[in-house]
Formats: sequence, structure tokens, C-alpha cells
Amino acid sequence: MSTVFIALQTNEDTRPIIGAILDDNPHARLNEQPAMVKIDAEGRLVVRRSSIEERIGRDFDLQELHINLISLSGNIDESDDELTLSWGA
Amino acid sequence: MDMQVAKKKLGLKERYQVMTRGLDWTPSYQKMEDIYPYAAYEGIKIHDWDKWEDPFRLTMDAYWKYQAEKERKLYAIIDAYAQNNGHLNVTDARYLNAVKLFLTGISPLEYMAHRGFAHVGRQFPGAGPRVACLMQSIDEIRHAQTQIHSLSNYNKYYNGFHDFRHMLERVWYLSVPRSFFDDAVTAGPFEFMVAIGFSFEYVLTNLLFVPFVSGAAYNGDMGTMTFGFSAQSDEARHMTLGLEVIKFILEQDPDNLPIVQRWIDKWMWRGYRVLTLVGMMMDYMLPKRIMSWKEAWEVYFEENGGALFKDLARYGIRPPKWLDQISFDKDHISHQAWATFYQYGAAAAFNTWTPNDEEMDWLSQKYPNSFDKYYRPRLEYWREQAAQGKRFYNKTLPMLCQTCQIPMLFTEPGDPTKICYREVDYQGSKYHFCSDGCKEIFEYEPEKYVQAWLPVHQIYQGNCFPEGADPTAEGFDPLAEVLKYYHVEMGRDNLDFEGSEDQKNFDQWRGQATKNA
Repeated sequence: MSTVFIALQTNEDTRPIIGAILDDNPHARLNEQPAMVKIDAEGRLVVRRSSIEERIGRDFDLQELHINLISLSGNIDESDDELTLSWGA
Repeated sequence: MDMQVAKKKLGLKERYQVMTRGLDWTPSYQKMEDIYPYAAYEGIKIHDWDKWEDPFRLTMDAYWKYQAEKERKLYAIIDAYAQNNGHLNVTDARYLNAVKLFLTGISPLEYMAHRGFAHVGRQFPGAGPRVACLMQSIDEIRHAQTQIHSLSNYNKYYNGFHDFRHMLERVWYLSVPRSFFDDAVTAGPFEFMVAIGFSFEYVLTNLLFVPFVSGAAYNGDMGTMTFGFSAQSDEARHMTLGLEVIKFILEQDPDNLPIVQRWIDKWMWRGYRVLTLVGMMMDYMLPKRIMSWKEAWEVYFEENGGALFKDLARYGIRPPKWLDQISFDKDHISHQAWATFYQYGAAAAFNTWTPNDEEMDWLSQKYPNSFDKYYRPRLEYWREQAAQGKRFYNKTLPMLCQTCQIPMLFTEPGDPTKICYREVDYQGSKYHFCSDGCKEIFEYEPEKYVQAWLPVHQIYQGNCFPEGADPTAEGFDPLAEVLKYYHVEMGRDNLDFEGSEDQKNFDQWRGQATKNA
């Protein structure tokens, strides 16, 4: 199974997002680098709006991710509730 | 009972559909092929443009909202960095030379990418990809601007930043990234998308923007970190666009597969060659290093690119050609490139140096198969020579590869002790190449690559001297005249870092920043 990843800047905006991603994807690995994190996951990684909202206590639009997103890999499926990264093979 | 039910807002997918579909119309008094004259000649067959899906579903209103927020953050940091003399917080003034190479060699490509996407955004007959290319075109001009703004702060204090536009079209090593993009923007719209949208954005920009920019942060350069990550977050969108383009083209018609495969082979190799510069920046020009070029290559190319090509296998796509050589060379190219810049340090618009002992030990540890055996002895020899006042500057101009325009510095596949040379006879002239990859690319389109403006050839033909220079005059110094033509000031912008003006100024200013003079 191939690995997908999402890389985010590290700041106060992303702290709850990173926490939510790690909670929702127990198989994911957190890789900390200067000023950024790279979260790797076998096969599939999901970013869930409700988990982020629970942590930040306000509405969150998943497209807000663009502000602090650095990079990602995999095929993307985005809806109002979830952003999913996955490889078919 | 009447109940007022709030009208449900459209979901992301429906909203995207409404904002990007049905915007187009079928022309009645002009022919489609006259409106989109470049859509067919590459042989790519598209039957239904509406099958196109932008995976991020970003619409223009959301684009402005989030990009504006990113830009506000970026400029706040740039201002704070400038007001606080942030440049004095970088680890070591040697670091600034990596930034010089970035501004002169990479930022202009952002501008060319802007032009390229504006062009293909006009040429695609489908409205969906036109919208996506339009946004990318705006992204790219923003990147060029934010990089120039961030780096202009350094131009107030340090040498070599002063005339990057002029240098881009003249200086020998800048012709490498420049010719790469010129090659892409002069291709057809589909090839451009595979070249830049897919090969460069998807597979290669991570190597440029992620580990290198994280390295900039590690070296105290807030300015570069901010524009770098800000740009790369757009790249995340561009990468998905590039992947979507490939999938879309391949799903449209089986005849497209061999054409796309050829482009992937060509552009992966072209991009890989350009990234040699980045490998050298990571291994030699960052005083504090986070990962070696080889490690970055393994993560972002072998692991991530490997997953990508495994995914694309369902369309019949195979991994790009020459991977064996690429895999072998990851132990070598950064060292070979730095050795070249060290030798030609008199003709570059930045300073060069030999690594110190601690840095050499780091290189030994990261490159156990190659550094001590092939590269350390040469660097130590050069260091000894420099200590005796005999800093080595190579005065013989190198032969350049006709395709990638890099000096012949790469070695034979599997043999790092022998320089690799290939040649082709074409219409009575001999053309030279650094590798089988570059040779094969030439052979497929020789009429394109014979037109290359090769800086070394141009110098020998007398085309790189300032106006009024007389090569027949007594005591004519060709190097001095070429530097004038480049707008590189001898003794300020070039030569060794040791004893340079940047080194002296940085030490003095940093001293002033920490005590009362």
C-alpha cells in the first residue's frame, strides 16, 4: 500500500487541525520538521471538518486549509465535510 | 402548519458545478479550430471537455478570499523581518548565496509559469481547465512578486541581488532553468500541462519548496520560509491539477497514452537535471542542514513519485525512463555540481567556498558510498591550495549540453570517475550531450534544440562582451569583459566567500546588533 501525506505549517491555526487529523487517522505518522509537519499515512488519510470544529469551537470551512497547507499527495476527494487523500494502488 | 424552512445552501460539489459549467457557448460564426488553433496539432484527442473535474473545486470567490489572507500574513512577516533586521539572524552569511541563486534562477521561472498558464488557459477548448489555468496563472505571478518583494530586502545589504532580470538572459548557469521553461512554453498546450503541471509541479516542486524552505526556516530566514511555504500551498493545488490533467487526457482516448508517456519521460528528465541546482543548495549552501539531497530525493521522488506511478499504472503509464541512472546518481550530483561552481566561482554572481570539517563529516555520514571516496579528497586539496594563497579558479570554459545546457559535469551511468559525453551529428554539425536522456530528447526534436542559446558558445563567438569591447586590443581580458556584460562586479559579487564583502559586512553588522559600538 502506498503512502499519502499532507504537510502543514506549524502555527496556532494548524495545531488543532494536526490534532484532529492524528485523532481521525490512528495509522498516520507525525513527522516534525522545522516550521512544518508532514503527516504520512498508508493508503488513505482523511481530514474531517467536524473534528476540527470540535477543537476550535467555531465553524470551519475545509478550504481554510489552503492558508496553511504546504503540500500533499494522493488523489483528492473534497466535500463540505471531508477532504480525503488516497492512492488507488 | 406552515413552517419556514431555511433554504439549504448548495454543497461544495454543486456550487463548483454552477460556477464552472454552462459558462461556455458554441460559436456560430467562427470555426472552433480557428478559435483554438493549438488544440489539435499535438495529436491529443479530447472527446468531452465536461468530464474535466477540478479536484479542489476552488471557485474564484474562495480563491480571492484565501489568497488575500495568505498575502496579508506574508507581507506582515516580511515587514517585521525587515524592520527587525532579520537578515542578521540568519545562521551565517554563506546562507545568503543560496537565496541569491533562488532569486536569480528560480523566481523568474514563476513569472514564465504565469505566462505559460495564461497561454494554455486561453488555448484549451474546455471551460473547466481554462478556469483552473487562469487561477494557476494568477498564482504564478503572485509567486514571482512575493519572492521579489521578500528578497529585495536582501538587496539593500548584500551583493549579487541587484540585476536578476538582466542576468537571467545572459549568465551561464541561469540559462539552465531559463531554457527549461522556454522549452515548456514553446511546446503545445497539452505538452506544457504535462511538463509543468504534472512533471514539474507534481513530482518535483516538493523537492524545491518543502525541504529547502524548511531549511531556510532552520537557518533563521523568515522571509524565504514565508514566501516558500505560501507558494507551496498553491503548489498543492497545482499538483492536483497536474494529476487531474494526466488522468483526464488518458481517459479521453487510448491513442493519447504513447504521447503522454513520451512527455513524462522527457520532462521528468529535464526537471531532474534542473534540480541538480537544488541538490547543491541543500547539501552545500545551507549552513544548518535538515536533510540531505539524497534523503529528500528518497522521500519526495522515490516514495511519493513511486506511489504516483503505481497509481497511474492502471492507465498503462510506466515510471519514467532512466530511473536506474537517476537512482545511482543521487549519491553524486550535488557534489559534482558544487565542485563545478567552486571552480567557476569567478564567473558566478555569488560566493563559493569549501565546506568546513564539520560539514564534510556530515556529508560523509549522509553519503557513505560516495563522499569520502570521490569528493572529500578534492575539496580538501582545494582547501589546502586556498590556504597557500592559490585558490583554484578554472579559466577554461566548459562544454555545455545542448539540451539541458548544464556544463559536462555528470558522470557515466555506474562510473563516477568518468565524465559522460554523448554526441549526435545533425545536418553537418556535431552536438554534445551530458547523458543518454538529453541526447534522446534532442534526437526526437532536433530542429528545436539546435536553436539553443548556449552561453559558452556565445562567449566564444564574441557575443557576450559589452558594447565597444575590442577583443583584438592588447591585454584584452575576456573574463573581465564577460562579467561586465553580465553586470557581475569583479571582486564584489563573485569569488570565494572567505574575504568577501558580504562576509565582512555581515560580521560587522551582527557585531553592532549585539553590542554598543
